[in-house]
Amino acid sequence: MSRPLTAWIEGIGFLAPGLPDWPTARAVLRDEMPLTVAPSVLPAPSILPAAERRRASRVVKLTLAVGLEAAAHAGADVATLATVFSASGADGHNCHALCEQLATDDRQISPTRFHNSVHNAAAGYWGIATGAMAPCQVICAYDASFGAGLIDALGQVVLDHQPTLLIAYDSEYPEPLFAKRPVPDVAGVALLLTPERSERSLASITVTPASAAAEPLADAALEALRVSIPALRALPLLQKLACGEAGQVCLDYLPPMQLQVDIGLC
Amino acid sequence: MTPLLLSAYTATTCLGRGLDATRNALRAGRSGLVPCTFETVQLDTWMGEVAKVDAEQLPAALAIYDCRNNRLTQMGLETDGFADRVREAIAHYGKSRVGVFLGTSTAGILQTELAYRRRDAETGALPDDFHYRTTHNSFSLAEFTRDYFGLEGMAMAISTACSSSAKVFAAAARQLELGTIDAAIVGGVDTLCLTTLYGFASLQLTSAQPCRPYDAARNGISVGEGAAFALLERCEQPAPGSVLLLGTGESSDAYHMSSPHPEGLGARMAMEAALRSAGLTAGDIDYINLHGTSTPANDAAEGKAVSALFANRVPCSSTKGATGHTLGAAGAVEAIICALTLTDGFLPGSPGTENVDPAIPVDYLLKTRDGKVSRALTNSFGFGGSNCSLILGVAK
Repeated sequence: MSRPLTAWIEGIGFLAPGLPDWPTARAVLRDEMPLTVAPSVLPAPSILPAAERRRASRVVKLTLAVGLEAAAHAGADVATLATVFSASGADGHNCHALCEQLATDDRQISPTRFHNSVHNAAAGYWGIATGAMAPCQVICAYDASFGAGLIDALGQVVLDHQPTLLIAYDSEYPEPLFAKRPVPDVAGVALLLTPERSERSLASITVTPASAAAEPLADAALEALRVSIPALRALPLLQKLACGEAGQVCLDYLPPMQLQVDIGLC
Repeated sequence: MTPLLLSAYTATTCLGRGLDATRNALRAGRSGLVPCTFETVQLDTWMGEVAKVDAEQLPAALAIYDCRNNRLTQMGLETDGFADRVREAIAHYGKSRVGVFLGTSTAGILQTELAYRRRDAETGALPDDFHYRTTHNSFSLAEFTRDYFGLEGMAMAISTACSSSAKVFAAAARQLELGTIDAAIVGGVDTLCLTTLYGFASLQLTSAQPCRPYDAARNGISVGEGAAFALLERCEQPAPGSVLLLGTGESSDAYHMSSPHPEGLGARMAMEAALRSAGLTAGDIDYINLHGTSTPANDAAEGKAVSALFANRVPCSSTKGATGHTLGAAGAVEAIICALTLTDGFLPGSPGTENVDPAIPVDYLLKTRDGKVSRALTNSFGFGGSNCSLILGVAK
């Protein structure tokens, strides 16, 4: 009685240390150019009014960058898209500032810091920026956050029969939390998933539970990114997509449960 | 959607531990709110604190999860025989076929707030006994629950502020409908912490009195805490009288981070989507458990949306005057309250509310009364404009 978790991918957005966008990541994953590891570069979100653009936090810039890139890649109208955000943590710098102040005698925290502290802050700003009133999911599953987001996004695509934008992303904490949760930098992956094949479809994916280990990426620098930033557990899938290869990959999810992704080409 | 069975459920709030304490308090119109004395907090506000949370001891093997939020999680799971029903489901379906979908807004961030008072004087480092992953992280309550039952399948936390544990019902329903799992532990847990108490105060959204939802003089929320869970399963022939999840609806305001859409547009879209999902119309709903936080803006916006869809034909109330606003747990707490209205035949009133705001034209219940409820709708709306409505019904 089980129905497969399956969808078509129409657009990809990507941002990671040394990999500012999907075309660059695609070239590196295809082994056409080396990965030069450098701090992640966050573009100014042109979709926001100037005042908001200056105030936008790193996670807001990150999610707008990868989400808008995937939507543009697919030629989709962001105002119409359902979204699934999945992140292993919220805005680490904002969290640190709040905890630091709450440990002092002056606990009158800033109201803006408070509303930016919610796990769904980036999703909230996405809605304000894009005007999208469709359902918006916000998930956390620690290191398994990419897989959890993928599972829910595919569920929405299959059952609600609507294009859904998955935005998996992470950001760093400053010290002293960094020592407890050493995510090195911001990174994000966005996939625009659709229920039907179209002329824009790049590939199909079908996800099933598995128990095999994820295969490490051959490039040590890419593998270091995969294991240090939860959203980048998606890299084996992205490498197949970059190379235009059909086949199977196993992604790390929630031990002992892994996710097998079957990729079909268009 | 295909209706799903709530084969077990439980709720623990400041009204007490479990369904009997909850139904008795709601029947009596009792509030669990008290002046705020939490931890070292100095705020002129009221709170809904669960008794004896910190007396709860986690199993030694799971000691790394120890924090107020997971103590309340365990307390909730071990109430009303819920954990036993979960274990039966696991024995029946297998440990990879029971999913975990839990909502929270702040999980165990209190643990981090306390750790920041104990930073190393020289290095600034946090103490060695502070464990980020298993206390602070939003997933910690879901991972704790998964480990508590030795589960090996899918799990996720949903954290969309105050709609979190309503949205878990929708996410779990999708996976049950697809057949990727056979049962789901859904619910929400949030506990008192400095971030939310001082945070809502900073937005001038806390009241110096017990909250008064939908009152003309309402002036803010009372922060509460709670744990509520349901076990969801597919069921082709539910026994008469059993409680079913009939529909779910989600939407986004796309308006403001901490203020609702002034016309309640997103709220209305969520309620309409829930009715569509359940294959029902407004006339099929017998009771609405409102989000009703008791802030001037929230109740006005929600009231407009409810009035636009239901006019003043459906009795409705917010139960936050009784429980306080349990934030990320509110969706699940209020879903369970709806289950009680369906099984017990009463409509809960609104402790604290005296004069219903005449500007909100809905059939607002001040006092609890008896009445048959066949289908109930519950609203949960959160920061970031995240909206979710659920419809529960009773099997014939």
